[in-house]
Amino acid sequence: MTTLATLMEKLEPVAHTPWPRAVADAERWHAAAEALAAGELTLLAYWGEAHTVHLAMLDEAANEIGIVSRECVDGHFPSIAARHPPAQRLERAICDLFGHVADGALDTRPWLDHGKWGLRHPLGTAGPSTPMPRYAFLPVEGQALHQIPVGPVHAGIIEPGHFRFTASGETVVRLEERLGYVHKGIEGSMTGARADRAARLAARVSGDSTVAYSIAFAQAIENALGAGVPERARSLRAIMLELERVANHFGDIGAICNDAAFAIMLTHCGVMRERALRAADAAFGHRLMMDRVIPGGIADDIAFLGRRKLSAFVRHARRRLPSLLSLYDETASLQDRTVSTGIVRSDLVRQFGTGGYVGRASGRGFDARRNFPFAPYNRHSFEVPVLTGGDVDARVRIRFAEIAQSLELLTVLLDDLPKGLLQASLPQAAGEGAALVEGFRGDVFVWARLDADGSVARCHLRDPSWFQWPLLEAAIENNIVADFPLCNKSFNCSYSGHDL
Amino acid sequence: MRKLILESLLPWAITERAPKADKRALRELGDAVYKAARRRLGHSLAIRQVDAGSCNGCELEIHALNNAFHDLERFGIHFVASPRHADVLLVTGPVTKNMKEALQRTYAATPDPKWVVAVGDCAFDGHVFAGSYAVEGGVDAVVPVDLHIRGCPPTPITLLKGLLALLQAN
Repeated sequence: MTTLATLMEKLEPVAHTPWPRAVADAERWHAAAEALAAGELTLLAYWGEAHTVHLAMLDEAANEIGIVSRECVDGHFPSIAARHPPAQRLERAICDLFGHVADGALDTRPWLDHGKWGLRHPLGTAGPSTPMPRYAFLPVEGQALHQIPVGPVHAGIIEPGHFRFTASGETVVRLEERLGYVHKGIEGSMTGARADRAARLAARVSGDSTVAYSIAFAQAIENALGAGVPERARSLRAIMLELERVANHFGDIGAICNDAAFAIMLTHCGVMRERALRAADAAFGHRLMMDRVIPGGIADDIAFLGRRKLSAFVRHARRRLPSLLSLYDETASLQDRTVSTGIVRSDLVRQFGTGGYVGRASGRGFDARRNFPFAPYNRHSFEVPVLTGGDVDARVRIRFAEIAQSLELLTVLLDDLPKGLLQASLPQAAGEGAALVEGFRGDVFVWARLDADGSVARCHLRDPSWFQWPLLEAAIENNIVADFPLCNKSFNCSYSGHDL
Repeated sequence: MRKLILESLLPWAITERAPKADKRALRELGDAVYKAARRRLGHSLAIRQVDAGSCNGCELEIHALNNAFHDLERFGIHFVASPRHADVLLVTGPVTKNMKEALQRTYAATPDPKWVVAVGDCAFDGHVFAGSYAVEGGVDAVVPVDLHIRGCPPTPITLLKGLLALLQAN
């Protein structure tokens, strides 16, 4: 029997699709923390409700997912983070939002709550705001160290967050991140909302991954209701998802190289990204394809001329990609900056269950499209590139390889687009479901519970960045301060997706 | 690399013709503001972008202003790294409560004369995030706004039209 099945055996199951969810007693909750700490299971998501905390776990050996839930006793629950550090920030967020207390937690500082909301525990039993002490950054001791505080407003067109560097001369000794600045209270706004309004919120969790989030939210709702989606809608969703990946990877490659002062790559990749967005606009009526995926299907069919423009873009991109890759390959001065910079160790990637290009550049080959495929991905073969270097260079190369794979997929999907309906009507019923969708940055996890009137009772959206941000702190250690932008861009974590 | 550079030189430039300044934006700015802008700034405008809570969709399209198709710098408009160097604050997002103070400080750090351009539907009135416990609302709930550029997100062409309105003489 698999680790996950053993853990969940004989627990009281809850109706949940497609993966099992069960209520854990104290012993099993503890066992879950131990299994995570021992590396037998991988943390997939960790979120709260008014009286409950939920823990979604991945059994990588058996390729299974399971969720265990623990009822809080007088608002208390045993800390998972005390045994398994990757749960730390998620647990602090649960405590901020719901007012639960994690017994045994080592870090009880607030995370998303900066003391500015005018209330505390907004999603639990909300109470009036109390004065919050100054945020205590971790103490640093040693000779000749200095600190560099950066942000929340950064010098560029970037999202806000605070980075506290401790440096010895030019070398970064420690980076501590402080996030939460763009917390918009999305999960609070979703509660009680109709599914169509909630879908618009989900589409705006992280604008660069709007398609991935919309598909994940829609699938969670469809799973909760046991509703099928027409084949044509599924294929068009996949086309949008791959196009989003291609556009973002082009943008990232250009931006990473630009942070190494190699502007020609930014120019060429910027043109490719713009062509991708224009093709998206022509085919789907929106450059970022926002609100095109809705629960039950998709909002509009692909435009006739737009489809031809999209195919033309794919052909063009396939022709251009090799010359951009060789431009990267043949520029030694550029690789001098990227190779061996910002190395992420493979054991950390495994411990944190880090997905996307950060995980795959450090040897973790998880890809939700292959591990938990939904139609049409289960019909098509594609490679999931994996490298072991773990440096900026590896993260660039993974993106190049993924663009190539996505362009192949797009070619096939566009050639082989099934006919049929675009939407299925969804029943109005209560239910609970989850979904895991591979966005360009990594796997997006969404869990939703619907009330009988079809409104959202509770929805949680977990960005892949939750398991990438902490590794950026590790990656920058012993690198020079000037390489931080390069490392940061090679991660390109979402602030908005994380802060929610 | 030489081959790629040569290839780029051979065909015609992909930079597109400039759109006309947005009429609605011109009206919103009013005569006074853009005359003043023209008199004081000539044809140059330094922009400091501030994300005060956006989903990052607006940032993607602001980035696109700098690509070869739109080439914002040909109009004398460029992005700067510090509010101390800026004429214009380009603010996105519903202003989150956690970003309110940072936005106010950035505004205070920008020397006069200065203009605030609120980009996107969220920056206009909070859009889908309006009413949340964590959101102040539109940008003008926190700092005075001279021009709104609407859209979710506004396309680069819409952004360009709005920014050109800031520069254009009557």
